[in-house]
Amino acid sequence: MSALHEHTAAQLAEMLRKKEASSVEITRSVLERIDAVEEKLGCYVTVSPEEAVKMAEEADRRLALGDVKPLTGIPMAIKDNMCRKGHRATCASKILYNFYPPYDSTVVRLLKEEGMVILGSANMDEFAMGSSTETSYWGPTRNPWNVEMIPGGSSGGSAAAVAAGEAVVSLGSDTGGSIRLPAAFCSVSGIKPTYGVVSRYGLVAYASSLDQIGPIARDVRDIALVLNIICGHDPKDSTSVPRDYPDFTSFLDKPVKGMKIGLPREFFDKLEDPDVNRVMKETREIYQGFGVSFVDLSLPHLDYALAAYYIIAPSEASSNLARYDGVKYGYRAENFDGMIDMYCQSRAEGFGAEVKRRIMLGTYALSSGYYDAYYLKAAKIRTLITNDFRKAFEECDAILCPTAPSPPFRIGEKMDDPIQMYLTDVFTIPVNMAGLPGMAIPGGFSSDGLPIGIQLVASHFEEARLVQLSSAFQNETDHHLKRPSL
Amino acid sequence: MKITAEQVEYVALLGRLALTPEEKKKYSAQLDDILKYMDMLAEVPTDDVEPLAGPVKLFTPLREDKVEPSLSVEDALRNAPAVTGSSLRVPKVIE
Amino acid sequence: MEYEAVIGLEIHAQLLTDSKAFCSCTTRFGAEPNSNTCPICLGMPGVLPVLNGKALEFTVKMAIACNCRINEFSRFARKNYYYPDLPKNYQISQYELPISEKGFVEIETSQGKRQIGLTRIHMEEDAGKLIHDETNPVSYVDLNRTGVPLIEIVSEPEIRTPEEAGAFLRELRAVLVYLGICDGNMEEGSFRCDANVSVRPKGEQTLGVKTELKNMNSFRFVERGLQFEIDRQIEMLKAGERIVQETRLFDSATGTTASMRSKEYAHDYRYFPDPDLLPIRVEPALVERLRAELPELPSEKKARFVDEFGIPAYDAGVLTASRYLAEYFEETVKLFPKPKMVSNWIMTELMRRLKGEECGIDSCPIRVEQLAALLKLVDDGSISGKIAKTVFDEMYDTGKDPSAIIEEKGLVQISDQDELVQIARKVLEDNPSEVEKYLAGRTKLMGFFVGQVMKATQGKANPAMVNQILVEELKKR
Repeated sequence: MSALHEHTAAQLAEMLRKKEASSVEITRSVLERIDAVEEKLGCYVTVSPEEAVKMAEEADRRLALGDVKPLTGIPMAIKDNMCRKGHRATCASKILYNFYPPYDSTVVRLLKEEGMVILGSANMDEFAMGSSTETSYWGPTRNPWNVEMIPGGSSGGSAAAVAAGEAVVSLGSDTGGSIRLPAAFCSVSGIKPTYGVVSRYGLVAYASSLDQIGPIARDVRDIALVLNIICGHDPKDSTSVPRDYPDFTSFLDKPVKGMKIGLPREFFDKLEDPDVNRVMKETREIYQGFGVSFVDLSLPHLDYALAAYYIIAPSEASSNLARYDGVKYGYRAENFDGMIDMYCQSRAEGFGAEVKRRIMLGTYALSSGYYDAYYLKAAKIRTLITNDFRKAFEECDAILCPTAPSPPFRIGEKMDDPIQMYLTDVFTIPVNMAGLPGMAIPGGFSSDGLPIGIQLVASHFEEARLVQLSSAFQNETDHHLKRPSL
Repeated sequence: MKITAEQVEYVALLGRLALTPEEKKKYSAQLDDILKYMDMLAEVPTDDVEPLAGPVKLFTPLREDKVEPSLSVEDALRNAPAVTGSSLRVPKVIE
Repeated sequence: MEYEAVIGLEIHAQLLTDSKAFCSCTTRFGAEPNSNTCPICLGMPGVLPVLNGKALEFTVKMAIACNCRINEFSRFARKNYYYPDLPKNYQISQYELPISEKGFVEIETSQGKRQIGLTRIHMEEDAGKLIHDETNPVSYVDLNRTGVPLIEIVSEPEIRTPEEAGAFLRELRAVLVYLGICDGNMEEGSFRCDANVSVRPKGEQTLGVKTELKNMNSFRFVERGLQFEIDRQIEMLKAGERIVQETRLFDSATGTTASMRSKEYAHDYRYFPDPDLLPIRVEPALVERLRAELPELPSEKKARFVDEFGIPAYDAGVLTASRYLAEYFEETVKLFPKPKMVSNWIMTELMRRLKGEECGIDSCPIRVEQLAALLKLVDDGSISGKIAKTVFDEMYDTGKDPSAIIEEKGLVQISDQDELVQIARKVLEDNPSEVEKYLAGRTKLMGFFVGQVMKATQGKANPAMVNQILVEELKKR
């Protein structure tokens, strides 16, 4: 029998209910796994073993009393940009190296209420700005399938931890692909829900109109279980949408026959990588086998999404990150000459290169004389992209496309070429721009054994449909069952 | 060039970032590349298009005017780099 | 050449909500710095704002009272600038789409009545406070005030004189206080005013270079600061000098303004829609409900006072300048229905003791019942007007009822015919030579006899009766 840390949350929950294992045993198994492989991978910024065991003991008490929810006692990781009272949240930045939030984010509160065991906070690109988890102040996270490769980003730690057995499930955040890309690159499942479905309260903002929290897991069943916990209206988040959510697990194993899947030609025209092309072709064949039909679509403004995103996101970021100034919390430079220099030095020393690049870009795009040409133009293009998708969903139930144009690349390969790095997110960014839900699931492997993900996108608040389509795919394939050897 | 050295310095000051001469050079070149890439947006006609500030099509919710407990001063200042009494301390701000 | 000034005012008024604009911290200032703060108003990583509905209603009320157009759809925008009293280093404010636009208020000055246009009224959040160390090169930051809701009222550049500016400010403050949405305290900064001033040759259409005036924390200072600045600018122009666009601080000690001289960093606020807040919708039904709830405003009350109580417009203006003074007047009139007498007493004796407009009637130690009782005693002749003033001062100082003071000090007017006749006879007997002279035709001596009677009664004799009795007693001689 395999070790406890290799099971899915649903399997472990079943074992807990049947008293075949305790939460403490499961948690210790995962902690041992962390001890064994963390040095190779760097999935975490902070692991809190004692606290985790304490939470597991509490979960076991709840289990004994029968006061249980579906994922009580399951060990998981949050991303280092999610606030948890009394636990360090650094956003993988030097500027927050010593920040201990005095409050819980809404997702952390919900996880605690569920009785999940929080192992620690996962590594990420600094302030979630990146596609490779290389920009972390704490060092890069490595891809469990090949440690020379990047795991994708920015939630690289969250995805790699789940792939490597260092967490059973995790939370990531996704602003332009930061859940889906690392999920694809680590061969795990991840969903970015519709904007407004999961509360952003306590998620350290990168780009407020695009950020969304979502789960990363080993299969879609676990995704559905975590969605059931975190989806819901939060009065603390003005952009949180008040509505009722279904039990997402009820959409697992549901037939998909008769559904229509859209194939936007602007996505497929761009595909150059033969492995990605092959995976997409195989995926289509599998869905065809379910009785799903395909619709060729056009999303005419898709080609502009990346450029518009790299105006809107840095603009919002330049304002969101203004608060890191060495006054109230975080890093303050040692040497400076007066107030303004204190700001400039603290921020220059506290932020890494990519964060500074985006602050510069966003500040420029909002500055006097450039606002109309950049921010306003991009916000209008965002309308056009949203309209394109709306029209597309009049013709289909979901859209299928790759998660990334290629398999994972080498560490360091794109660090000095921002545009090449940004192009990694070309398939994920449009989904954030329109605020749609997008699911990444393992679609296969490249000829040299690197994971390739597929992406399904649905209309607003249609997460259940993504669960349904992904579950059908995973019932028929075994990509998601493969584990990296470490 | 889409962006001049002076603009880079101006933007760095607006964003309160002290840049080394090398960084200024690097960011000038990179921002220039990125802004050139953005040029493609100009081809899209948008005169009659409303901008989209965010995806949620609702109006901002209103909170009841009800006081809830604040943080303790200790918690409020726990993360602060410099404190005197119960105030944050900063270099003198010249009016 | 004759010059005229062009003045635009920008007013910030703190709204009297219980909790802050975007978080649930109290707006009452604790004594200890940073004691009324939470992750949201501290601008901690991850926090989000949620709008206080009451703050929005207050803003709309003011907009209605100022005849503004209410925008059904408006937006919060971020105003980005770095300052240690601004924890997020951006202020949640409004830019392109404010809650209301295009209003006016009517003012009255020595030049008559005029409307002053309002560009906009919008909502925003207040910043914290900085205290500068006297000896060390450091400043201290207190964020208790951070996030308190403010409205910003921007006038059109239509004000021409400091007097108009003063009248405009007084009117705005009166409206805010009437609405119960701001306490209007200029010294404590809950009602603040900055001014943009320029001058130009009379008849010229284009605007001159303007300066921005700050730090004027009373009506008087606003008027003095503006006058100084207008004179300064005119003199510079006359001397052929150029006016520099800058921010100047008013110094109340010298009555002058001086350039801030700080390193001028470009004001490039990079406004953009705040993505953490959705658009604001003020439904027409809400506007109608708030309009119906609006109390009587100062100008309406003034007109009614003239109409209903028959008091002069000037008196009505003084009485209605403060909501509480107006209420005090009306309540007193209810108990003692001689409005002119009530208004005279309030405007002379009471205002004298209240030391002008800055001291609130709400802290007046004399209750309306007490004032009405005093006036009744004057009216029915129980005490003389002169004694009443003494009693009034005693009431103001001690808070005691007039009857108690009168009894305590034996101030009841002597109106007993027999008693007064006795006293008058005694006075005439004691002054035979004056009686002789009087009878010989020096009738002016009547004043002397009255004085003697008053002296003998310590001023308590009913003057009218004394006169009458003396005339009769002298006839008998």
